[in-house]
Amino acid sequence: MKTVASQVSKQFNALSERAQKHLKSLGHPQSVVIQVGSATCENAAGSREVRSEFQKHIAASGRDDIILRQTGCTGRCSREPIVSVFKPGQVPIKYELVNRELVHEIFTQHVLAGEPLLDKVLDGPMTHMYRYELLYCASERCGWNETKSCGDALREKIAAKGLGKETLRVDQASCFGACGVEQIGKCSHILVRPDKVLYRIRSEADIDTIIDEHILGGQIVDKLVVPGKTVGRKFMELYGDVSFFNRQSRVAMRHNGVIDPTSMEEYFRYRGFHALATVLEKGDPNWVIEQITEAKLRGRGGGGFSTGAKWTMGANSAKGVRYLVCNADEGDPGAFMDRSMLESDPLNVVEGMIIGAYAIGATQGYVYIRAEYPLAIERIKHAIQLCREWGLLGKDILGSGFDFELDIRLGAGAFVCGEETALIHSIEGERGQPRFRPPYPTESGIWGRPTVINNVETFANITAILNYGADWFGQIGTEVSGGTKVFALAGKVLHTGLVEVPMGTTLHDVVMEIGGGAAGKKKLKAIQTGGSAGGFIPAKWLDTKIDFDTLNKAGSIMGSGGMIVLDEDDCMVDIAKFFLVFSQEESCGKCTPCREGTTRMLEILNKITEGRGTEEDIERLERLAKLAQKASLCGLGKTAPNPVLSTLEHFREEFIAHVIEKRCPAKKCTALIHYVIDEEKCIGCTACARNCPVNCIAGQRKQLHVIDQEHCIKCGRCFEVCRFEAVIKE
Amino acid sequence: MVEADSRAVLGEDIAEFIDECRKDEHPRGLLIAVLHKVQAKFGFLDGPHLDAVAQLLRVPAADVSGVASFYHYFRLKPRGKYMIHICMGTACFVKGADLVAAKLKDELGITFGETSPDGMFSLEGTRCIGTCGLAPVMMIDENVHAEVTPDKIPVILEEYLQKARAEKE
Repeated sequence: MKTVASQVSKQFNALSERAQKHLKSLGHPQSVVIQVGSATCENAAGSREVRSEFQKHIAASGRDDIILRQTGCTGRCSREPIVSVFKPGQVPIKYELVNRELVHEIFTQHVLAGEPLLDKVLDGPMTHMYRYELLYCASERCGWNETKSCGDALREKIAAKGLGKETLRVDQASCFGACGVEQIGKCSHILVRPDKVLYRIRSEADIDTIIDEHILGGQIVDKLVVPGKTVGRKFMELYGDVSFFNRQSRVAMRHNGVIDPTSMEEYFRYRGFHALATVLEKGDPNWVIEQITEAKLRGRGGGGFSTGAKWTMGANSAKGVRYLVCNADEGDPGAFMDRSMLESDPLNVVEGMIIGAYAIGATQGYVYIRAEYPLAIERIKHAIQLCREWGLLGKDILGSGFDFELDIRLGAGAFVCGEETALIHSIEGERGQPRFRPPYPTESGIWGRPTVINNVETFANITAILNYGADWFGQIGTEVSGGTKVFALAGKVLHTGLVEVPMGTTLHDVVMEIGGGAAGKKKLKAIQTGGSAGGFIPAKWLDTKIDFDTLNKAGSIMGSGGMIVLDEDDCMVDIAKFFLVFSQEESCGKCTPCREGTTRMLEILNKITEGRGTEEDIERLERLAKLAQKASLCGLGKTAPNPVLSTLEHFREEFIAHVIEKRCPAKKCTALIHYVIDEEKCIGCTACARNCPVNCIAGQRKQLHVIDQEHCIKCGRCFEVCRFEAVIKE
Repeated sequence: MVEADSRAVLGEDIAEFIDECRKDEHPRGLLIAVLHKVQAKFGFLDGPHLDAVAQLLRVPAADVSGVASFYHYFRLKPRGKYMIHICMGTACFVKGADLVAAKLKDELGITFGETSPDGMFSLEGTRCIGTCGLAPVMMIDENVHAEVTPDKIPVILEEYLQKARAEKE
């Protein structure tokens, strides 16, 4: 045993040295680093052009101490392309919405002349450059002995000392995971950036000490630094600059937008394969499963099943060939965190898989990934190739005697393949149709052998748990569910993008605080979670804490983390119909309740949105939905009625308005609206008449125009082109 | 003899790939991978392609066509020069993807699953392509067009037509 451990550590150290040597050869420490995002979304926003523009500028400047690097995506979609500039001795600056012109300004003013463009920074404008940034923990489970909140005390003291904006900035973070069980509720934490020091404070006097000695004196207060090395301190030392921007707690996505996703050397710099080396040195698969169980990690694909329990079943299954699968068939409309993780940090997912394979005793793994994600496929392929070259995949990994091979299997556009038994059929080269469970895949999966299937995000968390401690991970989140969850915030929200927050964070914090609320000053109506299998949470329930169980109680599900914000302009009947169209198309057709149920429900919804519905239709719809929920074979059919049932529960009045008053309250359903021209506002510019595709608008120049309701096809063109708001939707 | 015909239909590159697949413990598991390769080469899966794959991979022809027709990603009809995928995911839908799709159908005179008469564009509605932050989006081949509106459609299509004309000259 001992010889295996020393062999593993010897080989791992050799790889670390190789990585370090390479990184040193890249440039001297005084270099300026410009980092440009590179992922599907970044590229769509124009980051390729930004990159080549920087290349030209660097070449033209003739400087060899300016380095251009690529990274994945930070998940701030609506702000992309994002560019970071790291100058020695300066707080790192991130710029948003960078284009060709801005590249020129950034390069000449910031990179060359040292003057950051404060009005162009991410989440800016910034009014001042500051020396320090203090983040205090505002987590649900954080507390201390003083009566005032930590944040209030901190702000008061800073004001009392007369410290200006040039010196520091204060913000809150959602959770550092720095409390052990015995400290919960007895202390709080403050992170000082850019020094990346994490302090534990128990009283107001501690805050005084930090301000006097660290902020004013420039000395780290050793006695207040979080003690020990296990409770996440190492995590803060490595990621203190990035993990808490925008009030998030980044664990699964800690490398996203930080490292170069194509570089093994960079991954090593961020403790890459450290977790694997630890595991192989210990040489005990059970230890891994114990850690994962203690961390209270639950499957991030949506089911919320305990990962520790699943791995235990895998480890206890029949001896012989076992398989491990990473489910990257991210098909939920509105979810894109898996794509982002695969594109921005593929090596982390691969390392998580190798560890998982060791824990359950699998020798062959598959990444089942959608064909619609070309860049993610390219990056994960590259990552696997790198691991083979570095001896981290294949025979006798790191000299431990453990063999593991990893291959890619492409999906082909069938949503149902996200269901595990359908996914297994697809890997076997069959039609992706589900089958009855039990037997569960952990007993009989691919080619009848035990198979463990986990989601991308689940694997992305494994290395964090092993590197920074199961207790640390378990402290982030709720009593029953450890860690964070990544949400894909999209729809009618101001800041779209990926948001990673501790389990138990409220919807309000995610949508209003981080997402900035509904866009365009509209009223927030509901939040859809869990994709086509999920439901709607009305705006009045924004205080709901996000967790597997609480969302179920609210009539929705966590799902893979899609979160779509709907505003007053969205018709709930129409949205319910949208999800049903999706489920109906994706139903594989194997079982009747799902195949026929979704079709008939869709027919009823069509009838309602076209103004032909009756009250009985609502009842019929509800009965049918409950039946499909009960009788369908797999998750797809069982959950397909959820959007319908949850809209019926929370927004029944909208259904009633459609069938009884024949009115669409959100003015979305074409059959139930008509366009008229306001006599007061129409100035007779003829724009509507000229644009009408069926010539049904009459009126002379400078005179009132009138729409012929009989011939109007309700295309809405007149509504769009009128510049005087004279066309009204009724 | 039959095998030689099948090799000729698919071309030697794919035939060799299938040879490699047959060395695997479970060649059948690579059927979808083979079909991806065939589609990448020919743009779609034609009847003779499917028969040749069945022959070379030693999988019943009925199974091959069953798999090819089950998955949305596989096309059984020829495609246009450019492939337009308009995302019909939730985020795109609430931001007006239906209006963009209607405009596309209108401009091209075709509906989903069809190819324009000039053979330039094929149109597909697709599941979420994971760029929800930039909704509504459409993909033409592998280029993602962000925040498209019905007004932008004619301009974007013209870009590709010009590109095609430039290639011809």
